[in-house]
Amino acid sequence: MGADGKTHSFTLPSQLADVLGTEDWQSMYPYYTRFQPEDDQRFWFYNAMHFPEPMPAFDAITAEIPYEALGAFTTRIFVFPTTMGIEHRIVNGRIYITANPVTDPTEIQRRLAIFRERAGYYYENWNRLFSEWKVRMENLIHELEAIKVPRLPEFDDAEVVMKAKGLGQNHYIRENFHRVTELFSKMWHHHFEMLMLGYGAYMVFFDFCKKAFPETADQTVARMVAGIEVLMFRPDDELKRLAKLAIEYCVDDLFSADCDAKRVLNALRARGEPGRRWLAELDKSREPWFHMSTGDGFYHHHLSWNDDLSVPFAALPRYVEQLRRGESLERPTERLKEERGRIIAEYRELLRSEDERQAFDQMLGLCHLVFPFVENHKFYCEHWFTTLFFKKVREFGALLVANGVLSDAGDVFHLQCVEIESALADVSLAWAGGGKPLGAAHWRPIVEERKRIVEKLKEWNPPPALGPIPPAINDPALQMLWGITSETLESWSATVEAGHEKEIVGFAASPGVVEGIARVLRNVNDIGQIREGEILVCPVTAPSWGPVFGKIRAAVSDIGGTMSHAAIVAREYGLPAVVGTGQATQRIKSGQRLRVDGNRGIVLILD
Amino acid sequence: MALTHPNLISRFSELGINDRATVGGKGANLGELARAGIHVPPGFVVTTTAFERFLAALDPQGSIRREIEQLAADDLAACTRVGAEVRARLESAALPEDLQERIASHYAELHKRTRFAEYTEPVAIRSSATSEDSAAASFAGLQDTYLWVRGADSVIEHVRKCWASLYAVESVMYRRRLKLSEHGLAMGVVIQQMIDSRCSGVMFTRSPNTGDRSVVVVEASWGLGSAVVSGEVTPDKYAVGKITGEIVNRTVSSKLRQHRPNSGGAGVIDEEVPVDQQNAACISEDELHALVDIAKRVERHYGCPQDIEWAIAREFPPGENIFLLQSRPETVWAAKDATPVAAPKSKPFDHVFSLLGGGAAKK
Repeated sequence: MGADGKTHSFTLPSQLADVLGTEDWQSMYPYYTRFQPEDDQRFWFYNAMHFPEPMPAFDAITAEIPYEALGAFTTRIFVFPTTMGIEHRIVNGRIYITANPVTDPTEIQRRLAIFRERAGYYYENWNRLFSEWKVRMENLIHELEAIKVPRLPEFDDAEVVMKAKGLGQNHYIRENFHRVTELFSKMWHHHFEMLMLGYGAYMVFFDFCKKAFPETADQTVARMVAGIEVLMFRPDDELKRLAKLAIEYCVDDLFSADCDAKRVLNALRARGEPGRRWLAELDKSREPWFHMSTGDGFYHHHLSWNDDLSVPFAALPRYVEQLRRGESLERPTERLKEERGRIIAEYRELLRSEDERQAFDQMLGLCHLVFPFVENHKFYCEHWFTTLFFKKVREFGALLVANGVLSDAGDVFHLQCVEIESALADVSLAWAGGGKPLGAAHWRPIVEERKRIVEKLKEWNPPPALGPIPPAINDPALQMLWGITSETLESWSATVEAGHEKEIVGFAASPGVVEGIARVLRNVNDIGQIREGEILVCPVTAPSWGPVFGKIRAAVSDIGGTMSHAAIVAREYGLPAVVGTGQATQRIKSGQRLRVDGNRGIVLILD
Repeated sequence: MALTHPNLISRFSELGINDRATVGGKGANLGELARAGIHVPPGFVVTTTAFERFLAALDPQGSIRREIEQLAADDLAACTRVGAEVRARLESAALPEDLQERIASHYAELHKRTRFAEYTEPVAIRSSATSEDSAAASFAGLQDTYLWVRGADSVIEHVRKCWASLYAVESVMYRRRLKLSEHGLAMGVVIQQMIDSRCSGVMFTRSPNTGDRSVVVVEASWGLGSAVVSGEVTPDKYAVGKITGEIVNRTVSSKLRQHRPNSGGAGVIDEEVPVDQQNAACISEDELHALVDIAKRVERHYGCPQDIEWAIAREFPPGENIFLLQSRPETVWAAKDATPVAAPKSKPFDHVFSLLGGGAAKK
């Protein structure tokens, strides 16, 4: 606060205090993630969209590697003219980021010349490159799946000798663990290979619409951009298919409310031919569609449906019930397509000249060209690859358990990546030397302490932003992805005005006004708690929450812009949604009655 | 009379936009709206022919017009004096008898035709100048409107007042400044069933703030529309997407004043809005959407953005209670439309270079 009482700055990074009893949190993260004294001069915001919870030590790699890849493509490869990459810092377990703009006009010119040539090549060949991308990505996924975690038998296989391999099993501990993280890095590079260009196309169209139709809601522009056939709906569609088959094969009686996945599977196996047929169909759906994260791929505890069948099996009874009642589960894709076509045609018609209409067609055409990548890459990267990645790391955790270093495979995620390598070296040495790993005494107390710290850090309410408020935030990427504009910052910095304690303002993401009971879910694993007709309040909604959207009346999130997945899904389901509120999960309690106004972006606490 | 039947009075249903010359802009527009199936309170127009006849009977030599034309545009004293003399003559002269009869019979017809009898008697009387409401120049505000007029005699008296208002000093000086000829200067007078509105306001099929054609901006306040049009209240304000129907903006204001009909007699009362209503939204969401639908229909009918006055009648059932009082083409933004937002480029992705080039790439 300045002397005049106006807010000129958010809390400075250096002013943040440690949470009592977690003073050692720094040891969980690399030195280059710590705030430096000079960072007080820069504006940072909490990336609650991707990192809504404190980071376990290993999981910090899901910030480090993506930002390495993102920056490589914007700063060094495509050479975006006005923006370089994103820098991140960790404080009290939370990830803060800042963008590095380029402002010198000469420098922008120099970069633009390179950008034109390189970005032009990708836009020009977009569909071919995307097809090749898919092949590359699937190969990468299969490569990851094929990686073996060595077992370290008492005597190595005879094959090592008979085939003259010349390499002991313990070598593969080092090599294969490296392979896992290398592939993770490759995946993220591929992820950003086309993504920022895709956002560039969105930005152009949003910018045009802001000029031509200044009062039109972003969600309406987003509706013109969004495609209908999207991979992220596929897992949910598979559940609907399986529900239909359950009825067709007369095994639907097994899918009662609150049924247990394991018990249902066993019962199906006992059902003879119909049960076997259904299980065979389940297997078809599982590869690859159940490689769907319960979160959005940034935490090890975001398991996939394949890892934890209870998530898809929680949705199945509801679909079975709906089918029995004769309801259709089909997404009304034809109607959605028609509606989108109507909106586009009518906006186009409002333009004043043929020139503007042609420009509109070009820009929207470019959006439709890039949309399939921008939307579908998530399934390949954040879901399919990432859930397999964490599974593989967990297997190395199991190796550490088998060799007495850790007591639980999941504990591996409380070590930094380099610490895991160190623990694995310990195991490798011990196996080779015939001795015992020394890790148990070293790592177990560290793991216990870190588990306690992460738990404790959850109590901390991270400020949405840190440092001086910049004069203007015009970065369309920040707005597109994180919903951050000068207005957002203003609302974040404003103390809650008298009389408005019950009002929470965010982005209108999907139209409609409803009232209902709030269910605040801070962690996606609590997804099972939500009841029919409740209003979901969460830090960020992840794509795999698709089935939940059939149950809820409205969605409210702390973070997210108009093209965030929550917004897309909510519009598709016709549910009101307010995203990017910054603080809904802090101010709303489960059980409170809310009015969600998705037309204006306002949530009112009615109690 | 029947042989040389001059068209002294026209019902709205007999009029269209092309009748501007004989009934004035307001009258022609109301006729056009009624014909297009838009709900407007029923009414009729005393035509410019009637005015010409009235003036000819009063001043067969044409001396009034000559005298006005000789006034200097900057001679305030003379303009004031001559204007007042002419107005006094017009206001005291009797209308030709056939005209009086016709006005009275149409007024009575208006009365009979409506189902809600007790609300038909009061009428609004508005001047409808031939040059008014055109997109180019506007006499807006220079002529009079009389609300809640009751009884045939009073109606006739106010018709004269409207005509006399052509000679209000501001109008006279305005015409002198533009060196407009007095010959052919005429005015229709609209006589229209008066709606006792619970709330009323204006709406724009193009945002007055940004010129955005994809939204309808609706302003609404309690009581008669005169409070909004005169700027005495800050109305509630809504912006609604034309294409998707979503409410993109909603501001409910403190509405402190309202105009209400003088229930006992004639005219309008300016009063304080009851405290419990001041901060309440004066239209429901359903009414808002109904208004927007009407605005879209009117715009489509005219083929260009419109500024519209509307009212919601107090005692009418939903679905029948919204009335339009006026519609005219939007003029402010129409004048600014020259620069296009964007032009096509040789490749679609060239647009990306323009935007991400930080203004450096103009090609």
